[in-house]
Order: sequence, then C-alpha cells, then structure tokens
Amino acid sequence: MTDAALIWSYLTQEPLLWLTATLVAYWLGDTFFRRMDRQSWANPVLTAVIVLALLLGVTGTSYQTYFEGAKFVHFMLGPATVALGMPLYDNLKRLRCSALPLVAALLAGSLTAILSVLLIARTFGLSDIMLASLAPKSTTAPVAIGIAEGLGGDPTITAVLVLLTGIFGAIVATPVLNALKIRDWRARGFSLGVAAHGIGTARAFQVNETAGAFAGIGMGLNAVLTAIIAPLVLRLFL
Amino acid sequence: MIPALCIILSFQLIGEVAARGLGLSLPGPVLGLLLLVLSCSLRPPLADLLRPVVGTLLGNLSLFFVPAGVGVVAHLSQFRQDGIAIAIAVMVSTVLAIAVGALVFRAVLKWTGGSEQ
Repeated sequence: MTDAALIWSYLTQEPLLWLTATLVAYWLGDTFFRRMDRQSWANPVLTAVIVLALLLGVTGTSYQTYFEGAKFVHFMLGPATVALGMPLYDNLKRLRCSALPLVAALLAGSLTAILSVLLIARTFGLSDIMLASLAPKSTTAPVAIGIAEGLGGDPTITAVLVLLTGIFGAIVATPVLNALKIRDWRARGFSLGVAAHGIGTARAFQVNETAGAFAGIGMGLNAVLTAIIAPLVLRLFL
Repeated sequence: MIPALCIILSFQLIGEVAARGLGLSLPGPVLGLLLLVLSCSLRPPLADLLRPVVGTLLGNLSLFFVPAGVGVVAHLSQFRQDGIAIAIAVMVSTVLAIAVGALVFRAVLKWTGGSEQ
C-alpha cells in the first residue's frame, strides 16, 4: 500500500489532476445550466469557476499549480478566436443590407462601453492595472484576454469582468430595450452583442432568431474594433 | 479534422507573427479571425472544410475561459477592496452601451430611410 501523501505529491506535479478537474467542473456547470432552463444567472462558467476556486481553497493549491494543468484548456482560446470568423463570414450578406446603421451602432456602442467603464473606474480611483483589465470587458473573452495582456492589464481579472459583463448584460437587455421602445430585432440583438459578447448573443438567440444572428455579428465586429481602439482610449486615462 | 485544425492554427500563427513582427496592438488570434473571413470570402469551399471543427470549437467556447476565470482566487483581496466600484463600473457601462448602440442604430436607420423590422 503506497502512502496517500506520495500519490498526492504525484498528482500535484502532473497536469492530469487539474486538467480533469477543469473539465469535470465545466461539465457540472453545464448540466446545472441546462437544468435551470438556460437562465443567464446559471452561467456554466461561473459555476465551474466557483467549484474550482473552492476546490483550490480546500486543497491549499496555488493558482500556478492549477494553471499547469489548466493551460491546455486555456490554449484553446486562440484557435477559438480564429473560429469566431466563421459566423462573421456566414453573416456578411445580412451585414451589407443594413451596413450604415450597423457601423454607426458598432462605433457608438463600442466607444460607450470602453469610455464609460474607464470614466467610472477612474472616478472611483481604481488602479492603472484595473483600468487596463476593465477596458475590453465588453469583448468576447478570448479576445478580451489578449487585449488586456497587450494593455498591461491582468488577464485573469479581465476574464472575470468579461463574465460578469455578459451575465449582467443578458439579464438587463430586455427591460432596458423595452424601456427605450426599441422594437427592431436587428437593433436589439446587435447592441446586446456589442455590449455583452457571447453570453448576450446566447440570450438574444433565446428571444429571437434575427436578434441572435445580429448579436453574433455585433460580438465579432466589436472584438476587432475593441482590439484597435481600446489602446487609444486607455491612453487618455493613464 | 486534421487539415481544418492545421489551417486554423496556421491562421493564428500567421496572426501572432504578423502582430509581433509589425508591432500591432491587435492580438494575433484577431488577425487570424480576419484572415479566416478573408480566405473564406476568396475561396468559399474552404468554409465547408473548416465548418465541423469550427462548430466544435465554438460549441465549447465557454469552457476555454474557465482557467482564466479561476484566476479570480489570486485576486480575491483586490475584488474585496474595490468590489463595489468595479460592480458599478461594469453595470452602468453595460446598460449605457446597450442603450446607446440600439438608439444609434434606430436613428441612423431612420436617417437613411430604412424601415424597422
């Protein structure tokens, strides 16, 4: 019979344990999400993050040790970002039909998202690193993480902020857009995709097919636009 | 699957090299994304080749940001300290962005003579 401590020390040195734990935690989160009828607040990533954070706390494992295993999953963000080009390509035709309103809404929505979050954060006296981490919060996570790294922000903080933005956006979109009496499904979906990326897009698809497609376009275009303008806007605040 | 993966990874690789080589602030994978749109527009059969792998990647997109999300444990003290300011910034900014985007879309649609759908 081998000492349990020896087995544990093996597990802490190999990526296997935390890679498996990451996948299992996400599986749990996804199952919970389906059981809860895909409500925005039951976001599977949020559940997985909470489960894993508790597990790390209980076992006294550092984030670095965890990341040795989880980095294989993290790596997939890059190829997944490239893959986001496909829905954009598929929707190019719909884009041409209402190009001018879309371009205007993209510029206005994207700039508002970056400027307002930085203004409020600056007013509260948050640090430069926090500002750089907040700037890309409306962009889809893989891109936001890349942007935050480039701006000198903290990618792990950005990941959490992106998640919170998406969940909050998905929850408030319908009441906000109803209050403004916006009835056009393209406008409703697109603005949500720009402001609240993939989680907002998933929400838009639940409500209306057209809104979902335009949310996807908004998310894709904003990923590119934010990568270009976030460094410029951030410079005004540092 | 392997040819599609090769192409997707190559787009990312070219994007990373170009971003670093030219000193662009754009993340490499975003350049890869643009490269994919451009390549599919020039050669539509490429889209059909890539579609199955792209579907798998995008179908599991949320999984890929779990590791970064867990990073919150390394910053708990910071979130405890600035939590309210961060929450207000994120929430107000998200509501504003949704509202401004939708209002501008409607205004420009009217201005260009389009009809609501």
